[in-house]
Amino acid sequence: MAKAKPRVKVPKTAAKGEVLEIKTLITHKMESGQRKDKKTGDKIPRKIINKFVCAFNGKEVFSADWHPAISANPFMSFYTTATESGTFEFTWTDDDGSVYTKTAELTVK
Amino acid sequence: MRRTVLAAVAASGLIVMLAGTALTEESNWGAYQVNDKRSGYTYAAAETRAIQDDDFENPAMLWVDTGGELWNTVEGEAGKACASCHEDAAETMAEVGATYPVYYEPRGKLINIEQRINLCRTENMKAKAWKWESRELLSMTAFVRNQARGKPVAVKIDGPAAPFYEKGKEFYNQRRGQLDMACKSCHEDNAGNMIRANLLSQGQSNGFPTYRLKWQKVGSLHRRFRGCNKQVRATPYKAGSDEYVNLELFLANRGQGLPVETPAVRN
Repeated sequence: MAKAKPRVKVPKTAAKGEVLEIKTLITHKMESGQRKDKKTGDKIPRKIINKFVCAFNGKEVFSADWHPAISANPFMSFYTTATESGTFEFTWTDDDGSVYTKTAELTVK
Repeated sequence: MRRTVLAAVAASGLIVMLAGTALTEESNWGAYQVNDKRSGYTYAAAETRAIQDDDFENPAMLWVDTGGELWNTVEGEAGKACASCHEDAAETMAEVGATYPVYYEPRGKLINIEQRINLCRTENMKAKAWKWESRELLSMTAFVRNQARGKPVAVKIDGPAAPFYEKGKEFYNQRRGQLDMACKSCHEDNAGNMIRANLLSQGQSNGFPTYRLKWQKVGSLHRRFRGCNKQVRATPYKAGSDEYVNLELFLANRGQGLPVETPAVRN
């Protein structure tokens, strides 16, 4: 898999004070670092997404540290309260330093 | 002493009863059940079913999305994409997922969706065939079959396909491997029973390619065949082999009427 593909689901509009459910999903192998190559017997190096952050208008609203027991293609859902219109920015940080990002707009009426 | 033994027996009886009710708690499966045919969905845990029910949560939809992108990607010397000839997949591929495998005249045998895709690639697009179980082939197969989601499986087993159907049927009932088991030993005779910690399903093929939690990715029906064959300690055939394609037709006909679920989620 060349590149991780993120998906997010955020309501487009919300009333002020409404509680929103945000869902995210990303393709990733989440290689735990504990498996061995069946042919050579060498350890397959760990390569997982170790940090997930969701920021709203530049301010962090939710974050999580991920560890090797997280399954492949991790799904994460969480809740936040709508206060003002703005942009959600989601970032996934890989062990190798790559960062995958996705943004979503929210309009508060 | 005797009393404790009795209590233990009573307790274990209760557990069996509870387990029994848990397995049959839901009896109205809607479209997932046609007469006595039950989709693998009805054997899956509630949590697994919930993942499949929500297209966003279903990780296999990522493969379907990739397939959709590949559909429009020009490749090969002919400078064509799938969309160059087939245009809108929602229309042109609407039936494919429910009707394959089919008899293919030029080769004088059955072909399934994966093979049809690769035929198009090598003959019409002049591009390289995708490897079996590659992300590209799985994505495209899932994408094509997804277009028929909800349509009842309706394969043809008459005419030129008939002898291949018979071969598939024979394969299904043939005991094999060190454990001397046929497909039917589990999926006909013991569907609904436990095999160690797992609940045996009827082994219906309507959800493939499917996202298996165990695989942590999408896998083809032939990968599942190989797994089953290995588990009875038989030498598996190659993915894409005639034996497996014939079996695929037999299975599709066995689940005739069940809705195409691609991409399904199973444990």
